[in-house]
Formats: sequence, structure tokens, C-alpha cells
Amino acid sequence: MKLTLRVWRQKNAGAEGAMSTYEVDGISPDMSFLEMLDVLNERLILAGEEPVAFDHDCREGICGACSLVINGDAHGPERTTTCQLHMRSFRDGDTIDVEPWRASAFPVIKDLVVDRSAFDRIIQAGGYVTAPTGSAPEAHATPVPKADADFAFEHAECIGCGACVAACPNGAAMLFTSAKVNHLNVLPQGAPERETRVLDMVAQMDAEGFGGCTLAGECATACPKGIPLVSITSMNKEWLRATRKAAGGR
Amino acid sequence: MTVSPEYTDYTIGEPLTDSAAPAGPIHERWDKRRFEAKLVNPANRRKHTVIVVGTGLAGGSAGATLAEQGYHVVQFCYQDSPRRAHSIAAQGGINAAKNYRNDGDSVHRLFYDTVKGGDFRARESNVHRLAQISVEIIDQCVAQGVPFAREYGGLLDTRSFGGVQVSRTFYARGQTGQQLLLGAYQALSRQIAAGNVEMHPRTEMLDLIVVDGRARGIVARDLITGRIDTYFADAVVLASGGYGNVFYLSTNAMNSNATAVWRAHRRGAYFANPCFTQIHPTCIPRTGDHQSKLTLMSESLRNDGRIWVPRAKGDDRPPNRIPEDERDYYLERIYPSFGNLVPRDIASRAAKNVCDEGRGVGPGGQGVYLDFADAIERMGRKAVEAKYGNLFDMYQRITDEDPYEVPMRIYPAVHYTMGGLWVDYDLQTTVPGLFAIGEANFSDHGANRLGASALMQGLADGYFVLPATINDYLARHPHQEPVTTGHPAVQEVLAETEDRLNLLLAVDGDRTPDSFHRELGELMWEFCGMARTDAGLRKALERIPQIREEFWRRIKVPGTGEEFNQSLEKANRIVDYLELAELMCLDALHRAESCGGHFREESQTPDGEAARRDDEFAYAAAWEFTGTGSAPALHREDLVFEYVHPTQRSYA
Amino acid sequence: MARTVWDSTVGKKTVMAVSGVIMLLYLVAHVIGNLKIFFGAGEFNHYAHWLRTVGEPFMHYEWTLWLVRIVLVAAVAAHATSAYQLSRRDLRARPSKYVHKKPRASYATRTMRWGGVILGLFVVWHILDLTTGTAHPGGFQEGHPYQNVVDTFSTWYGNVVYIVAMLALGLHVRHGFWSAAQTLGVGSRTRDRALKTLANVLALLLTAGFVAVPVGVMTGVVS
Repeated sequence: MKLTLRVWRQKNAGAEGAMSTYEVDGISPDMSFLEMLDVLNERLILAGEEPVAFDHDCREGICGACSLVINGDAHGPERTTTCQLHMRSFRDGDTIDVEPWRASAFPVIKDLVVDRSAFDRIIQAGGYVTAPTGSAPEAHATPVPKADADFAFEHAECIGCGACVAACPNGAAMLFTSAKVNHLNVLPQGAPERETRVLDMVAQMDAEGFGGCTLAGECATACPKGIPLVSITSMNKEWLRATRKAAGGR
Repeated sequence: MTVSPEYTDYTIGEPLTDSAAPAGPIHERWDKRRFEAKLVNPANRRKHTVIVVGTGLAGGSAGATLAEQGYHVVQFCYQDSPRRAHSIAAQGGINAAKNYRNDGDSVHRLFYDTVKGGDFRARESNVHRLAQISVEIIDQCVAQGVPFAREYGGLLDTRSFGGVQVSRTFYARGQTGQQLLLGAYQALSRQIAAGNVEMHPRTEMLDLIVVDGRARGIVARDLITGRIDTYFADAVVLASGGYGNVFYLSTNAMNSNATAVWRAHRRGAYFANPCFTQIHPTCIPRTGDHQSKLTLMSESLRNDGRIWVPRAKGDDRPPNRIPEDERDYYLERIYPSFGNLVPRDIASRAAKNVCDEGRGVGPGGQGVYLDFADAIERMGRKAVEAKYGNLFDMYQRITDEDPYEVPMRIYPAVHYTMGGLWVDYDLQTTVPGLFAIGEANFSDHGANRLGASALMQGLADGYFVLPATINDYLARHPHQEPVTTGHPAVQEVLAETEDRLNLLLAVDGDRTPDSFHRELGELMWEFCGMARTDAGLRKALERIPQIREEFWRRIKVPGTGEEFNQSLEKANRIVDYLELAELMCLDALHRAESCGGHFREESQTPDGEAARRDDEFAYAAAWEFTGTGSAPALHREDLVFEYVHPTQRSYA
Repeated sequence: MARTVWDSTVGKKTVMAVSGVIMLLYLVAHVIGNLKIFFGAGEFNHYAHWLRTVGEPFMHYEWTLWLVRIVLVAAVAAHATSAYQLSRRDLRARPSKYVHKKPRASYATRTMRWGGVILGLFVVWHILDLTTGTAHPGGFQEGHPYQNVVDTFSTWYGNVVYIVAMLALGLHVRHGFWSAAQTLGVGSRTRDRALKTLANVLALLLTAGFVAVPVGVMTGVVS
């Protein structure tokens, strides 16, 4: 396959960026999108040019590091991560636009690499169960209904890649935040911190400068792990419940 | 020191003993050690700083737990977030001797299975402790909200895994590693928010600072700004994972690397059993030269999938057209009692053997079938989907083949490294104050790791073992002199690091970092992979220094050191692979026996099974670095088996 | 609690949802009242008069109407202020656009902002036209709403403005109703289809009901 790539190049956070055009040849349909970029980078290095910087690590769709907007879609045309996107999803001769996640809470570090530490701070605000090592009761002491366990798992699948923010017209982080809130709030182990968790995480999400939710639904469409849009509804419910409880003094 | 009579490229050093392990009945040793360990007064813990490198299962759990105990933790990871450490990719599950199934499991059986599975090259005391702690890990993770699979009654579900006959593996669909890691990450996040952990993401350790014989800090590079900095502490914990990426193609993450452990080795930490690498039997075969990494399919697939190849050589009919009686379900044939559930090393080698016979399938004949047709008939497609759906989807995405219709093709790939920094019972390396946990150490798996045991070991080390043993070290060295950047030892390490990076940038040759990495990886896979020979290893040992020499002549690293520079990161990691690879081959050459994942063709039984030579090699080989270009010294730690008596492993 | 709600994006959305639901309930009542125009001037004018006497003798003349007006003004103000603040925040959160443009989200979703502005302007014109009479074409007659309505829809621009605004209203209600349900946490996977259908039906009925009046005037059914 022969392709034309238009790639966002930006030297560093402070620099102005722009799209640069590259031709790549000899691409196999079995290559992953990132392997195609590897080919480009090998060529750039030998030509004495700077290779394109992009985040990637596990290359099996679970670490959440890779983060490219391909032809306007976060993670490209298939519902998966960029590393699991294969070139067979494109046609010979295609022109492909590659851009970084865009959101003011995710500033560009270089080229296609962005800073997603805001997500870590949202988790730090309450995305955990306080269970210091050694304090745990016997695992079977509290049975968890299978439906609740499955609900928790479905939300715990979030890989924190940030595609939801990248796809959202408002740069909102509601889907990410709601995934963690729902994972922990449905479990009996998460119940004692149920109210503070949702209030603190939403407050931190706002403080990081993410936008608000207009329920456009782009986040859920882009999510490689299929976290559903209704996850946001569940979090809203948790938030209202927690707010009422806080106002009621308990 | 004596020179080995057989090979002249290493020397024999003093034998090594594990002085930290208490004597006495094995099930009392861990209690005894914890009781004898000195404690640090809770009020004094804040005054102690501990550096933790890595945020995987071992590092994440250790950082969180040490911080909970009151220590000041300074933690590092090269990823943009601690949540992305490669533990996240572990699929299958985590073992624990809970015996919830009432199927005859016990701490002793887990201990026994692990020692046997490791082909009698692991330390009994450590393995027993691991089995004891396994039950606490499940409790801890459930309390954190890890969403393990559950039965309809609300209790935890388990499944069986390769190499054992009980059902003791707890799992969260095919994403157990992810869920356990997020549990540790969340615990760590809580401590970061509380100010007890100072977290440095996108910061890579480049060297170890040893002052007056003790580990006192690290040199690390901020990957965004390129700034090289020093960080000081009272103890340093390496939780930086394994070194499978020496092979270029492996199931490790692209950036997983050996720099932290290798630099520590160069500063005095012995490296044990570097040749013990695990080749995982169920990976997706490679499709071409462009391949950048290999993807594992959980071993749990072997519970219901059947592995086969055509009986006849060169049979290139589509799998569904090959009649039943012309198929060879070779694992079921050779190992009737364990069948498709034999340990990984055995399954991998059997796959290699049938492919070497010319009966492999798929492009290049490098693959065997993993067939779910029977399972789908027996359980129904729905049930198979519920159990393995995500794995099937992943397979389909990568290969563009539908595993519900066509059998999957699998082939072994480098997956895990049992070798690592030598540690004593306290998980302390030979450098006082330097600890190694998780895959970074060599401790518990011997020559072969059983499935679902890596997660168990990482979390055992991080949540329970290290936090109990590091106390003793810190209590015994309460008032260490503060180290400053001006200290000559620090200046030396700093200068060496800067020189190395500057040199990489200055060569300006004509080959990319990846081209060297790929060349080294192919060499290692060929000669230090699934089967090793004296001649092949000697060839590799001859070739590696040549590649290294060429590397320093022809490497091309664009850009500068004062910026985000992924080529520089990569090149610097390859520098260390090029040295570590040599030690791996040397270790493989010196160990003229077959055991676990280390198969020497010269040492096999008449029917082709690995033949251990306990009289000569029942020891852990701990290598000491003696200087660049100088022969390393071998220190043997004799392994004593009081409880599980070495036998030829039999899974037939 | 008020502070927590107002300071949070989720809280502001709650304000929007609650105020939106209040306005929606009002619109349902409004459209039912409007349809009385098809039963002649007598019934319509009588209904308009009744609006001023609701609650008597407990309430004084027009008190209930003013109460409703106050609640509505508060709802509009809360809705508009939250919308304005959230929109500013959203634009700040996503300052640079993708080079590769793609139509994202549904039409109704994308029209919420300017649709809201159109509706706001329409309400101002609507009040000046038919409540105060300030901008009424021809002579505005206090107490004769039937004739006033006919006057308005006898001008081309009256019809255009009204019908465009009602189409915008339909789109706004369509996404807004469903969205409010999500914000208030009453949505769920099983209920989603029902909520979407209800939103569509509401939007359709409101638009059709309101548009029926100018169409009636134009076709001479109402004169």
C-alpha cells in the first residue's frame, strides 16, 4: 500500500504546530497503524529528520497509552485502540490525517503526544477504596451479586486513554470519571465512600478545565472499551444523591 | 578465584548463601522472619525516604503500602501514568490457595506445584512464603474493589490453569492484570493525594547511586524536558519488570526495558539465572518483518481449546477440510493426563518440535492450531463467547480471521523472564539497601513460571513481603548521612550517564536504533530461544560484541538530549540489551543442562524431554559484574530441597 | 448545597434540566390553550380571561398568572445563565479544532446552542407582540387575543418568525428532554428507547400544535 499522511508536528508545548505531509510506501495491510508510523519514523531518522513522537506501549489495546485522532476519529475508524487498528481498514492511495487529542486539559507535549495527567488527578481525588494493605476481611465475607460484579467490571474496563475527551465537542471527561465512579460505587466495598467519591471526583474534573457534558454521545462512540453513554447518567444520579445527602447532613 | 576449566570467559566466585532466610519448619519461616525483623517506630518512618522504580503490580503495591506505613516514597515510571505499567496486559488470572472449590488445594500444594513447575530451580523458603501470602492477596484485592468474576451466588469464581490439577485461579474475564493493577494504582493514587508518595511519571531511571557500599539513590531523566536529575533515599526498590525485550519481539510492552536492573547490576547487584526466559505457548504468530511486538492469547484458552497440527508434513489444506483422523492432537497424545494443560515450557517446546518436523501451519509453517470446534459443540457458542469473547475478538482484530469458524493459529513467543537481580529472602540484592521485587528479581519461579503466578508474586512482594523486610534494613541503618549532588560518587554516576547519552547523540551514523534491536533480537531468538546448543550459544557470544561495536560506530539518534526524544530513549535501552544479551548467552552456555524454559539440546531424555542435571546444576547462578570487557564472576547459590524432592517432571 | 450545585458542571446541568422541565410543562399547557383558537373567538377569549382569574377568590385577579410568570422568568434566567456559562466553559475546554473536520453528534445536539438563542429572541418578540402589544402589527386590543393572533399571522414575517422558532423548539425539546432525563439520572439502558420516543413525540406534538395556529390563520380556518 502507498499512503499520504498528514501529521500534526509540534516541537514542544510552547511551539506552534502545523500539519506536515509525508508519503509512505510498502505498507502491508497486516501492519498495525503504529507499525505503519514506525516505518515512517525509520525513514525519517535515516533522512536526518525528526521522527514523529507518539505515545504507545503495550500495543495490545490495554495500557491506554496510544492516542491518535485519525481522519477526525479518536483511535480511527474502528472501535478499538490505535495500536489495534490495522492498515486493512484503509485503502491503497488514501490520505490519512493524524492529529493529537485536542482538549485544553490535555496540552500537547510534542507532535502527537499529550499530557493526560489530569486523569490521574481525578482518580487521586477519590477513585479508590480506602483499604490499607493488611486490613482486608476474608474475600468471601461479603458476597457481591453477580449483576453488580458484572456492572462494576464493565466500567472498570476503562483504560484511561482519553479518547472520550478527544471526541467530545466540549472536551469533557464525564465518561472517564463516570466509569470509575460506577465501578466502585456499585460494590459493597465502595459503599462507605460512595458520596465523597463522586462529589470529589466531579469537583476535580471541573477543576482540571474539562468541559461540561451535553450528552452528544461522541465519547461513547469513540470509547475503545465500549463504556456506555448511560454510564454518565448513572454518575449524575450518584452525584445528585450525594448532594442531597450532604445537604441533609448525612 | 579459579578459572572455570571448561570456559575461560567467566570466573568462579565465592558461593552465595541466603543469610536472611530463617531456619526451622518451612511453614514457620515467614512468621519467624517477620518477628525477628527490626521495626521502625511509626513516628520515625516519615524521616525515611524510599525510592520505588516502576509502578506495576509489584511497584504500585509496594509504593502504596510503604506510604500507608508512613514512609516517604518517591516513585518513578517511564509511562505517562502509573496506571499503564505492563502488568496491565496480564490476562489469565492470579493463583491463590483458597481452596474455595474444595478440590484438595492447600498452601502446601501451591508450594509444591510451583517448585515442581519451576523444575526445581527455585528456593523453597521463598516459594512457600509466596503460597502462604497468596490467600491474603485475594482478600486485599477484593477489599479494594477489584471486580473478580463471580458465581451467581455472589461468591468468587475460579478456573484451572496450565501445570496444575486444581482450580485455584481467580480472574476478571481476560483482564485480570488490568484489574489488579488498577487496584494497586488506586491505592497508590490515594497516597499521592495524601502527599505520602511523590510521583514522577515520564521519568526513567538511568543509573543507581551507591555511596559507601549502600544504595542511596538514582539518576533519572525527565522524558519531557530531557533533564537528568539525581534523587536520594535511604533505600531503593527496583520494580522495573523483566527483560524479555532483549528478544525485540516479545509480548512485553514496547518500552519495557532492562536499564534499571542492568545498571544496578553494573553497580554491584548480582544478576541471577539470566538465561531463564519463558516462552509462552499461546501467542498470535507473526505476520511479517514489520511486526513490532507479539500478542499473547491467555493460556486459559487451553482449558477448552484443543491444540493440533496435521499428521502429514506439508499438509496445506484448510483446517476444516482436514479429517479428524488426519489430525495430531499432539499434547493429548504425548501427555495424556495433563493434555492441553501441560506447563508452558513443555507446550512451547512441543509446538516448536512439530513445526520443526514440517507440520506447522500458516505462513512460514510457524504455527499450530488451537481449535474451539469441540468446545463450541459441547458448551454452545454463547458459553464460549461469555468465557473467551474478548480474546476471540482480539484475535480476529489482529488476524482478520474468525476463530468461531476457523481454528486459531498460535505460536510460542517470549513472554516472561524468570531470571533477574539476585535477592535474598528479604528481597534485598547484593547491594545493601537495594531491593528488587516482582519480575525484576529472580526469586520464586525457578526455571519456569506457572500460569497466573506472576501476578501473585508481584503483589506478594509489593503488598506483603517488601514492606515487612525493608523495615529491618531501615531500622538497622537509622541515621544515614545525607547524600548531596556534590558527593564524588554521585558526580561520577551523573557524568557517566551524561557521557553515554551525549555519545549516542554524537555518533550520527547510518543505522536506526530499531535496526540494531531487531538484529540482536533475531540472534537471541535463534540461539538463545526455545532450544539452545553449545555451538549456537558460542556463535551468539561471538556475534554480540560485534553488533555492539557496530552499534557504537553506526547508530543514528536524531534530535538533542534536552527535549522529548523517543529515539534517544530507545537507543539507550539497546545499549543495555547489548550487554545483558551477552550475559544471558553465557549463562545459557554454562548451564549445560535442560531445566524449565532453558532447554539445551545436548541434555534431553531419549524421548526428547528436558533432562535436568541436579548433581551439577542444582544452584542459582548469580553473576557479578567485574568491569566492562572483563569476565564476569559466577557465584553459586546451592538450592536445598527439604520438602519437595526433585524428580523428573512428569505430566504424561 | 446551592453553592455546590451552582459551582459544578453537573450541578449547572441539573439547573438546566429542572428549569427546562418547568418550561416544558408550561409549553404543554400553552399548546393546549392555543388549540382553543379553533373553537372560535368566544371560547378562546374566554379562556384567556380565565387565565387571569385562576385561583379566585383565594387569589386576587391576575395573581396566579403573575406567579406563573415569575416562575417562568426565573426558569428562563436560570436556564440561560447556566447555558451561557457552560457553553463558555465548553469552548474554553476545546479551544483548537481538529484539522480534519467531521460532522459530529446528531443535528438536534448540535443545534442546542443557537437553537436556544433563537428561542430566547423569539420569546422577547412573542411577548412584545402578543402580551404587551408593543411590537404588534396593527392595533393591539387588550382582552381580545383572538383578533391579535389573527393580526400577527396575517403578516408574512409573523408566520416566518413563528414557524422557524417552533421548528427550533422541536429540535430543542427533542434533545433537551432526553438530555434532562440523563442529567437527572432517570435514564437507563432499558428505559432509553422509551425516553427517546417520548422526547420525539413531545417535540412533534408541541411543534405541530403550535404551528397549527399560524397555519390555521393562513388557510383561513381561523379568521
